[in-house]
Amino acid sequence: MARNPPLAAAHEANGARVIEFGGWDMPVEFNSIREEHTVVREEVGIFDVSHMGEIRVSGLDAAELMTRLTTNDAVGTAVGRAQYAAITDSEGIMLDDTVFYRLGEEEFLFVPNAGHDEEVEARWVEHRDEWGLDCDVENETEGWGMFAVQGPDSPELLDSAADSAVSETSRFAFTETTIEGADCLVARTGYTGEDGFEVLCPWDEAEAVWNALECQPCGLGARDTLRMEAGFLLSGQDFHPEENPRTPFQARIGFAVDLETEFVGRDALAREKEEGPAELFVGVALEERGIPRHGYPVVRDGERVGEVTSGTMSPTLGEPIGLGYVRCELAEPGTQVAVEIRGEEKRARVESPRFVEGV
Amino acid sequence: MTFEIPDDLRFLESHEWAREEDGAVRVGISDFAQDELGDVVFVELPGEGEEVGQEEAFGVVESIKAVSDLYAPVSGTVSAVNEAVADQPELVNDDPYGEGWMIEVDPEDADELDALLTPEEYEEQIA
Repeated sequence: MARNPPLAAAHEANGARVIEFGGWDMPVEFNSIREEHTVVREEVGIFDVSHMGEIRVSGLDAAELMTRLTTNDAVGTAVGRAQYAAITDSEGIMLDDTVFYRLGEEEFLFVPNAGHDEEVEARWVEHRDEWGLDCDVENETEGWGMFAVQGPDSPELLDSAADSAVSETSRFAFTETTIEGADCLVARTGYTGEDGFEVLCPWDEAEAVWNALECQPCGLGARDTLRMEAGFLLSGQDFHPEENPRTPFQARIGFAVDLETEFVGRDALAREKEEGPAELFVGVALEERGIPRHGYPVVRDGERVGEVTSGTMSPTLGEPIGLGYVRCELAEPGTQVAVEIRGEEKRARVESPRFVEGV
Repeated sequence: MTFEIPDDLRFLESHEWAREEDGAVRVGISDFAQDELGDVVFVELPGEGEEVGQEEAFGVVESIKAVSDLYAPVSGTVSAVNEAVADQPELVNDDPYGEGWMIEVDPEDADELDALLTPEEYEEQIA
C-alpha cells in the first residue's frame, strides 16, 4: 500500500494525475507537464515533495555522525546552512544523495530520497551504535510536509506568504519563519535549476501552507524534465547501488566530496580521484528524431561505450536530450556518438549535463 | 472527465481507433489515450508499403513521460502515412480523430474490423 502525502485529497480534488513514486502516491501532472515546466522557468510553480524523507540527528556527536556517513563536511558546516552530499558505501558507491540542514550546533535535519528514509535511518542507527557515538536519530518523514517553490518569481511569493523577509536568505542557507501560523523551515534550495525555495512545514498544517503559497501547482513530471535540463541526478535512475553503481566522481558531484574528512567510502574515493574515473556523467543531445530513454545504449563505431540513464524532449530547448555515462575519453562536449533506439543508431553528441544554465 | 468517442469508429483495447474510408482504414489513437499520455512529443510510423498485422505493433508514440507502442486494428499494407504528426506531434493531442491520425491501411480483410470494440464497448472500457 503506497503512502499518501498530507495533501493527497486536495491534489485529487484539483484534478492531479497521480502515480506511485518511491512508495508514495504523488501528483505527476496537474495541467500539462510542458505548461508546468515553462511556468517554473519563467514565473513560479509549487511542487509537493512531501514524499522526500526527513531524518533528525541531534546530540553531542550529531555532527560527527553526519560527517562520517556523508561525503560532505558536516562538522564544518555553519548553523543555518544547507549542504548537498552523497551517502556512499565502503567502496565509494552512492547509496543515495541528500541535502542536510544544520539546525544547531548539535542538531541536523537531512532529506534522503523518497522511499529511502527507513534504510537510511537504519544505517545511521547501526553506525552510531557501532562507533559508540552519542546522538539521537529520529525518522520524521511523516511529520513533515515539504514543498518546492521554484522559479524567478519565487522570492516575491515567499516574502508575501511568510512572516519574515525570506528572500534575504542566501543560496544553500535556510531560515525559520511562519506561514499561515505554521512554523516552517525555508531553505534557498531546489532541484529545477531555477532560483527557489524548499519549505518544510508540520504535516498537519501542510494544507494551509500550500494554499498560502498560491501559484501554479506542478507535478513530478515537470520536476523530472526541469532537473534533467539542469543535469541533476535522480536517485535510483541515474545511479543505483545494484543496477547502476556509481561514485560521486563518476556522477560529477565531486564538489560534494570532502576528502579531508573521514567518512565511509573515503579511501576508495581518494583512490578514484587520483586515478580518474573510468566513466563520466554527461549530457547527450540527439541529432536525429527520437528520444533517448533510460537504459538505451550509447554506441560509437558499433561498440557500446555507455548508457543513457534519463532522457526526454526538453520543453525549454525543444530538442531531445539525455543524461547518462560514457567512457571518460568520450566525455568531452562535442564528441560524436550514437544512441541505440529500438535497435537503430541515432546520431548524437556529448554535451555538458547542464543543458540549461540557471542558478 | 468525459472523452470524445465518435460513433463511426471501431477501437482496440489498446486505444487505437479505426475508420473505414473509401476502402482504406485510417488509424489513430483515442481522445482518452492522448489525455493519458499527456504532451505527445514524438511519433514513429512505418513507411508506405510496409505490411502490418492485426494487433501487431506498427509504430511508437512518445509523450514527455512515456513510450507506448501503436497497434494495428487490421492487417494489410500501409497506404498512407501522416507526415504532419512527425513534424507536429502535438496534433495527436489537439485533434486525435482528425489531423492527428497516424496511418492508413489497405486492409487484407475488412471484416477484421467487426472483431474490434464498438464505440459503446470502448466507452465502457474506459469508464
